[in-house]
Amino acid sequence: MSEILVNRRDLAFQLFEVLETEKLTERTRFAEHSRETFEAVIETSDKMARDLFASHNALADKDEPRFVDGKVQMIPDVKRAFDAYAAAGFIAGSYDYELGGMQLPESVMAACNGFFTAANPGTAGYAFLTKAAANLIRVFGSEAQCRKYLEPMLTGHYAGTMAMTEPHAGSSLADIRTSATPTDQGHYLIKGAKIYISGGEQEITDNIVHLVLAKIKGAPAGVKGISLFIVPKYLTDDEGNKLGRNGVALAGLIHKMGYRGTTSTALSFGDDADCHGYLVGEPHQGLKYMFQMMNEARVGVGFGAAMIGYRGYMHSLEYARERLQGRHPSSKDPETPPLAIIEHADVRRMLLAQKSYVEGATALCLYGARLVDDSNTHPDETIRRESGLLLDLMTPVIKAWPSEYGPKANDLAIQVYGGAGYTREYPVEQCFRDNRLNPIHEGTNGIQALDLLGRKVWQADGAGIQALIRRMQVDLEAASDKRCQQWAYSLSETVQKAVKVTQTLGSALMKQGADRALANASCYLHLVGHICVAWMWLRQANVATKALQTAGSEEERHFYNGKLQAAQYFFHWELPTVAQDIVLLTNMDDTCLEMSTDWF
Amino acid sequence: MKVLVAVKRVIDYNVKVRVKPDNTGVDLANVKMAMNPFCEIAVEEAVRLKEKGVATEIVVVSIGPKAAQEQIRTALALGADRGIHIETDEEVQSLQAAKLLKAVVDKEEPKLVILGKQSIDTDNNQTGQMLAALAGMPQGTFASEVVVDGDKVNVTREVDGGLVTVQLNLPAVVTTDLRLNEPRYASLPNIMKAKKKPLDTQSPADLGVDLTPRLTTLKVEAPQTRKAGIKVGSVEELVDKLKNEAKVI
Ligand SMILES: Cc1cc2nc3c(=O)[nH]c(=O)nc-3n(C[C@H](O)[C@H](O)[C@H](O)COP(=O)(O)OP(=O)(O)OC[C@H]3O[C@@H](n4cnc5c(N)ncnc54)[C@H](O)[C@@H]3O)c2cc1C
Ligand SMILES: Cc1cc2nc3c(=O)[nH]c(=O)nc-3n(C[C@H](O)[C@H](O)[C@H](O)COP(=O)(O)OP(=O)(O)OC[C@H]3O[C@@H](n4cnc5c(N)ncnc54)[C@H](O)[C@@H]3O)c2cc1C
Repeated sequence: MSEILVNRRDLAFQLFEVLETEKLTERTRFAEHSRETFEAVIETSDKMARDLFASHNALADKDEPRFVDGKVQMIPDVKRAFDAYAAAGFIAGSYDYELGGMQLPESVMAACNGFFTAANPGTAGYAFLTKAAANLIRVFGSEAQCRKYLEPMLTGHYAGTMAMTEPHAGSSLADIRTSATPTDQGHYLIKGAKIYISGGEQEITDNIVHLVLAKIKGAPAGVKGISLFIVPKYLTDDEGNKLGRNGVALAGLIHKMGYRGTTSTALSFGDDADCHGYLVGEPHQGLKYMFQMMNEARVGVGFGAAMIGYRGYMHSLEYARERLQGRHPSSKDPETPPLAIIEHADVRRMLLAQKSYVEGATALCLYGARLVDDSNTHPDETIRRESGLLLDLMTPVIKAWPSEYGPKANDLAIQVYGGAGYTREYPVEQCFRDNRLNPIHEGTNGIQALDLLGRKVWQADGAGIQALIRRMQVDLEAASDKRCQQWAYSLSETVQKAVKVTQTLGSALMKQGADRALANASCYLHLVGHICVAWMWLRQANVATKALQTAGSEEERHFYNGKLQAAQYFFHWELPTVAQDIVLLTNMDDTCLEMSTDWF
Repeated sequence: MKVLVAVKRVIDYNVKVRVKPDNTGVDLANVKMAMNPFCEIAVEEAVRLKEKGVATEIVVVSIGPKAAQEQIRTALALGADRGIHIETDEEVQSLQAAKLLKAVVDKEEPKLVILGKQSIDTDNNQTGQMLAALAGMPQGTFASEVVVDGDKVNVTREVDGGLVTVQLNLPAVVTTDLRLNEPRYASLPNIMKAKKKPLDTQSPADLGVDLTPRLTTLKVEAPQTRKAGIKVGSVEELVDKLKNEAKVI
């Protein structure tokens, strides 16, 4: 088995030909960069991911972390990989040079992190969580908090976690009960229980910085009463010397279907000893802070799902070229040698479906990461604002679509392998199990659908939707040859129908109320998701069509023809499936809504 | 002490190599390329010598197409100080590479030249030895340990029977074996620093070396795929098969 997990040629195509990432170097923030530095970090990521992460992916799954004498035991490879990732500067990769960062664009960082997820999502989890927690402290923490916690997190001496979920409050964080009582020494006393906290305990780093959502005594009810706290595993003085354990304890490990290398923990706060927490920013703003960082985190989840899907695709493609089985239906002679299964049209269907899902999802997520870059660094103020609006709108789609279609791709990878795919001797079953988390965490896809149709679409008087349509229009018009124009036509037809559906649902929201109007939100998410991915395929097809005219080698022509065929697959086989969503949404079908719970 | 390290751009070791349909060579179009793993070990060794205060400057040289600059940049990001790129799109065989390196050695006068023992594309295992001969320098090949001691270097070599340690007078040529060290990864800040390090480009003509190949490749074929093994029932059967079927004893 070769260890090529993500097609580098495709990544270069998406980043440099479709997104023209090199142009970012015209912006002051990225002025010291060039395509060479981008390629060099991508190369380092690819190499480290294969050497240090992929190498123990199966082992960390088989030999999952164990709870022994109140401590977590895990294979040493995890620490080795985490330390190398941090030492190479990846946690701080997008940060300012002054903070030890490399001022890399988010779109390049996303691509880099993709290799680590594809190689080993469980081990990569510790690093990504640390980066996410560090981001929150950087933006909302005080200077003193940054010195004390952020700096050691950026070098990987401390890790971070996000401690939001409680046993009775997952999707509905408004209902959390963990409490924070102020003291006269500046800290708060935290009391409560959290569950599913990834990386909540480990022996990889010197200290763990939990970012905990809790309610200050007397706070308003619901989301407006939630505050954010830093809760370190070890209390430290200002020089970073350990003063002893804080009162946060591991109550137990949770045993999962996949992502087994990342510890999933139940944590108790303030049970046996006082648990000190330090308020981040202002009281009652905790959830708002979390949500401000959510876009990037959710783009990350989507990209992770795309990458695990990608890995399964690469494995199954290689397998299909080598596995000999069967003959063409037309072949009558049993003496003829069997064919590689890739010769069978049905196997090619499964490979093409995977290709169209994972490369489409990759394009979508990289587009999202680029929106992060544009909203932060585009020189034109209007484009900065527009990119921000568009990112807000598209985030639920970027999180949900890849996390639904990534596992679908993995399911097809298993099918291509036949019986072998179902066994643990081959890597694709693990890909599927790992990827199955992605529709659940960071807001379930059901919650994403409500977010899209209940909030995002109507934000800023629909300015996000308008920007989306404007941008699609540019690519529709850029379709130059017949094939692309045909696809552009079906996309534009679908968009028009979706606009109508949106208007219908908009008036239903006002006249019939949210319960009825949002009942089929998941169909709406699917509809918008497929439109966005079709758009991504049109963009790729436009570029490939042009490039094909000047492609210098046969290999290059194969690459671009492959892009066009995958685009065709998406337009012929996938986009038409939204017809059903359109009917259900237009009719405001109430089958599910009206199903009495007593009838089950 | 100045150290010269030679690095080669080769097909990535993870890539499944495909032979061209006309059997003239290996298909390199769109194939992922990388630094030869033995050269990575050579760079690492030089960087460690510098960290120990033994080496003062590391010059890295690569021969090959424009894209070979990527590998030089990688070496610079790993800790080398400056690069020399000898640019050519021609095929460069071991002897020609050794001649080019000899020309660089004459100019740069390094105390130590470190090369990989072989490159994973052609597996020749010749360049270091040829360079040593052309430059009149002693050589320590297949190194698993390198200790510089004043104006001498002790090189522990991996040979069939075990390990042999030789002492060479500097300047000397060392070629690296797999167990010499474990190369580091380029860190992000160092990739940025590498961008600013000097990289000088020259042509084989500048160095007065004629690249005309001395060897002709007749044919390139993929190795035979290994056949599935069989289980034998007894030692007698094994001996019988080895004698009469495989005809090896
Ligand atoms: C492996 C793993 C790692 C995790 N890591 C972390 C972590 O690091 N930190 C952290 O804080 N949390 C973490 N979580 C928790 C995760 O975020 C929650 O599991 C997720 O938010 C869903 O909450 P829940 O499990 O309580 O499900 P529930 O909220 O009980 O949801 C169950 C089902 O009901 C649906 N549902 C719920 N409410 C509604 C509604 N209002 N309308 C329509 N449908 C609804 C959901 O879509 C879902 O299908 C992790 C979970 C897992 C499995
Ligand atoms: C858990 C488990 C239990 C099993 N139990 C038994 C058992 O008790 N007895 C037994 O005899 N077998 C058993 N099997 C074997 C099982 O029946 C085979 O795995 C199955 O028939 C597929 O064959 P394969 O694995 O060789 O896949 P392959 O035949 O190699 O198929 C690989 C892929 O190629 C496709 N493909 C192959 N040929 C063609 C073609 N001509 N046209 C189009 N597509 C094609 C397949 O659809 C599949 O997607 C078991 C397998 C598993 C995983």
